[in-house]
Amino acid sequence: MDTSQQLQINPLFNFPIDLRSLIDEIPLGIIVLDMDRRIMLLNRAFESLTGFSQDEAAGVPCYHILRSKMCIKGCPALNMQHESKPVCMESDLINRDRNLIPVRVNLALLKDPYRKAVGFLETVEDMRPIMELDAQKSHAYRFAHLIGRSPQMEKIFQILPVFAQSDSSVLITGETGTGKDLAAEAIHQASNRAKGPFVKVNCGALPETLLESELFGHRKGAFTGAVENKPGRFRLAHNGTLYLTEIGDLPLSLQVKLLTFLDDQMVYPLGGTKGFQANVRIIAATHRNLEQMVQTARFREDLFFRLNVVRIHLPPLRERQGDTRLLLDYFLNSLSSRFRKKIKGFSNKALEILRSYPYPGNVRELRNISEYAVNVCQEEKIQPHHLPAYLVEMKPMIKEQVSPLIQSGPNEYMLPGTEQTWGAMERKLILDALVKTGGRRSKTAELLGWGRSTLWRKMKQYGINQ
Amino acid sequence: MPEKILIPLHGNDVAPRFDLATEVLITARDKNIANGEEKIVVLSRASAEKLCHLIVTEEVDVLICSGIEEEYYQYLTWKKVQVIDSVLGPWESVLKRFYEGMLQPGDILFDKKD
Repeated sequence: MDTSQQLQINPLFNFPIDLRSLIDEIPLGIIVLDMDRRIMLLNRAFESLTGFSQDEAAGVPCYHILRSKMCIKGCPALNMQHESKPVCMESDLINRDRNLIPVRVNLALLKDPYRKAVGFLETVEDMRPIMELDAQKSHAYRFAHLIGRSPQMEKIFQILPVFAQSDSSVLITGETGTGKDLAAEAIHQASNRAKGPFVKVNCGALPETLLESELFGHRKGAFTGAVENKPGRFRLAHNGTLYLTEIGDLPLSLQVKLLTFLDDQMVYPLGGTKGFQANVRIIAATHRNLEQMVQTARFREDLFFRLNVVRIHLPPLRERQGDTRLLLDYFLNSLSSRFRKKIKGFSNKALEILRSYPYPGNVRELRNISEYAVNVCQEEKIQPHHLPAYLVEMKPMIKEQVSPLIQSGPNEYMLPGTEQTWGAMERKLILDALVKTGGRRSKTAELLGWGRSTLWRKMKQYGINQ
Repeated sequence: MPEKILIPLHGNDVAPRFDLATEVLITARDKNIANGEEKIVVLSRASAEKLCHLIVTEEVDVLICSGIEEEYYQYLTWKKVQVIDSVLGPWESVLKRFYEGMLQPGDILFDKKD
């Protein structure tokens, strides 16, 4: 076909218009084929989709240009009669850039004024944007890396961006594995400080003396071994966010220093006389019950009030209705593609076990269980024997013991059949034993079957003084 | 040592898709001259992975094909197979052009109908 010849449409306007420029403006791949399925005309959208130009493709059988699965498995044009209706099919094509592109192809007969078929009109729609939208839709139940669709999580997703925009200190509480670190990072990323550093310090990971120098820095010669100046995490987090995880484990002496910083935003390194004005937002997190720690004088009340400006409590997984299934599916999909497995889902029995398990380790535990199962599974569906053994074997015990746990915090579990928490029970136990032994600690420890140091630690924990 | 060439087929043409080809032509040449050893292998099912495996086990040197995904292209290139892709046309014309040392990726060798 001579492509230099200008194709025109005549009766539409008072003057002829160019067909090529008309179809070039349509953002959908269009090809016109003759009855032998050879390409006669194509538009710019088709050219950019497949990589073949009009000159290259003209006169070539369309299946060599379109290179769609549909063309090879059974071209619908072959079965089209004069009265056939247009056909719409979803397929894929490989373009010249070697990309496999999902497409939707619509094929219709072209007829002359006497209703005789003279060729075909094919439209090819690139489905990638639609598929991306679908993928985004499936991520609608998330904020950053936090995932959930339970009402509790929806509330958190709504409030997190609001908190992120303020510059107030944030206190994140929740059991282990509920996503405190992810929430802290999400707040930082959604805040105006996102371009600044996000510095994380685990307050429970370092001994007191080291932690002080780690947080506030030190000057050269401040103590033995301080051979050079160290900036400290507060200074490193300047213009960013400092995330203090396990704030409940912060020693009392450092709590005072943190309090001072929150008051005047000044950091005084160890051994230094000059302070540094640090523009840092504090996000603190803990799995401990800070209110209780304040009551037992293990956490400073004034620091608690300063940190507790904005509080986010991440609910444990057992309280998040519907999220277990969502997270199981999410982790199964992401881990399957990561480990290149073709696992389609969970069997009903495996799902029953997974749904009835209370997940004391919350989302982290659920993720680990999913990772184990995906690694072990060689079948299409995850079966009970692909799950960690403790999940299957300990199921009845866990059901009995853990399902009544309705409050957060390791010492706050409600005991079955009572109104008391474990902490309160233990405190009462110690007091009863102390009364029985006339206040003698060694006898009390013996009576309780503990070591003296354990008794001393627990008495201190529950604020029992002699 | 003869150079082995593999072409996925669709009838008399180079198959439009590497991953959907169910038969392949394997031939060889010595110093740009075809040595007459031509065989057509029919595959049990179309599969890019199986075809890659065949290419590697048959110690093919050159693959002439049309549409191939980047993943397989890269794999075969990494396996030291020369891949000439996006070649359209009857396999005999394609092979002739290849023996002449003129075949380039993207060549279209169909007789275009006016």
